[in-house]
Amino acid sequence: MLDGPQTLSVSIWRGTGTTGAFQSFEVPRQGSQTVLDVVSWIQQNLDPTLTYRYACRVGMCGSCAMMVNGVPRWTCRTHVNKVDQGGALTIGPLRNLPVIKDLAADMDPFFEKWVKAEGLFHPARTRHEEVARVDPASEARRTADRAIECINCSVCYAACDTVAGNPDYLGPAALNRAWSVVNDERDAGRAEVLAAVSVSGGCHNCHSQGSCTRHCPNELSPLDSIAGLKRETARSFWRKGR
Amino acid sequence: MIALAHRSHPLWLAYLVHRLSGLGLALFLPVHFYMLAMVLTDPEGFDSFGLWTQNPLVKMAEFGLVFLLAAHFFGGLRLLALEMLPWSGRQKTLAAATVAGAFLVAATFLLRAI
Ligand code: HEM
Ligand code: SF4
Ligand code: SF4
Ligand code: FES
Repeated sequence: MLDGPQTLSVSIWRGTGTTGAFQSFEVPRQGSQTVLDVVSWIQQNLDPTLTYRYACRVGMCGSCAMMVNGVPRWTCRTHVNKVDQGGALTIGPLRNLPVIKDLAADMDPFFEKWVKAEGLFHPARTRHEEVARVDPASEARRTADRAIECINCSVCYAACDTVAGNPDYLGPAALNRAWSVVNDERDAGRAEVLAAVSVSGGCHNCHSQGSCTRHCPNELSPLDSIAGLKRETARSFWRKGR
Repeated sequence: MIALAHRSHPLWLAYLVHRLSGLGLALFLPVHFYMLAMVLTDPEGFDSFGLWTQNPLVKMAEFGLVFLLAAHFFGGLRLLALEMLPWSGRQKTLAAATVAGAFLVAATFLLRAI
C-alpha cells in the first residue's frame, strides 16, 4: 500500500502551436512510478491522441524532458513521489521552445544554436594519420570531462531566464558544448569557437543565475562552462585573438 | 507558485537582489550628485537639506541606500569571482567567508572609531 492519495490528479497541456489549455486526468498511483509512466498511462488508457516524446526510458537519449510542476525535468527518471504536490501534477511542454503538439516541443531552435556556437568538432588530422593521444590526467582533458556528459535534453535551456528574455541567446547547453570543444586538444577550431561565443547573444549575455546548473539532470554545470568561456574570450581579446 | 518554481534557488535570488539593488542605485545616484552640486550652487538650500536628513525616517532611508550599495558591491565582487576565477566551489566559499569575516571585523572597528 502506498502512503498518501491513491490517485493522481494530473493536469496536462493540450494544444498545437501557441493555442491550448490544460486538461485534467485521474491516474492510479503505483510504486516507483515515474512522470513518464503517468503520461504513457494516460496515452494508453485514456486518450491515444496525447502527443509526447521519449525513447530510452533510462536517462540517456534526452528526449523526454517536460515541465513538471513548473520545473524542467527528465520525466523518465523523475519519480512521482519526489515531485507531486499532494497527489497533483501539472505537466507541460518544455519552456522556451515552440510547441509542436501537447507535450512535444520543437527542438530545432535548441539544436540550431549548438551549430551557431560552433559546438562541433573541427578535425586537425585526416583518417590516414595516427590517432591523437590525449592524456586523461591533463588539465584540459579533466576540464572537458566535467562538461562532456550532456544528453541534449534542453532542461537547462528551459530553465534559463536569459533565454526567455533574449531569443538570440545561445543558451547553456550550446555554450557548455562549445566549452568542451575549446578544451579538446585535438580540435583545430579554437579561434572560431571563441569568436562564435563572443557575439551578441553569446556567453557574455549570461547573468550567472545558475538555473541551468541547478536543474541539469546529469549534474553538469553550464554555469561554470560559461564562466570558462567568459575568461577565455576575455583572455584572447587582450591577446588580440591569439 | 508554479511560475516561480524553477527560480527558487540561492543563485537566482542573488541575481534578483543584484538587479534590484543596481536599479535602486541608478535611481538614487542622480539625486545624490544633484545634492553635492548644491554645495556650490545653493549653499543655503544644502544646509536646509542637511536639517531634513536629521529626520529619523530619512535616516532609515539612508540605511537602506547603504544596504543597497553593500549588497550590490559584494554581489558584484561575488559575480566577478564566480566568473573570472577558475576556482572550485569550496575555494570560493572559503574566500567569500574570509571576506565577509574581514568586513565584519573592520566594520565593528569603524563603528567604534566614529
Ligand atoms: C554605484 C553605482 C552602481 C550602479 C548604479 C550599478 C548598477 C548596475 C545594474 C543596473 C546592473 C545590471 C544588473 C543585471 O544585469 O542583472 C549592474 C550589474 C553589475 N554590477 Fe553594478 N552598479 C553600481 C556599482 C557597482 C559596483 C561598485 C560593482 C562592483 C563591485 C558593480 C558590479 C556589477 C557587476 C559585476 C554587474 C553584472 C551583473 C550581471 O551580469 O547580472 N556595480 N550594475
Ligand atoms: S547561468 Fe547563464 S546560462 Fe545558466 S541559466 Fe543563468 S543565464 Fe542561463
Ligand atoms: S547541459 Fe544538462 S540540462 Fe543541459 S542539455 Fe545537457 S544534460 Fe540537459
Ligand atoms: S526517455 Fe531517454 S532520457 Fe528520458
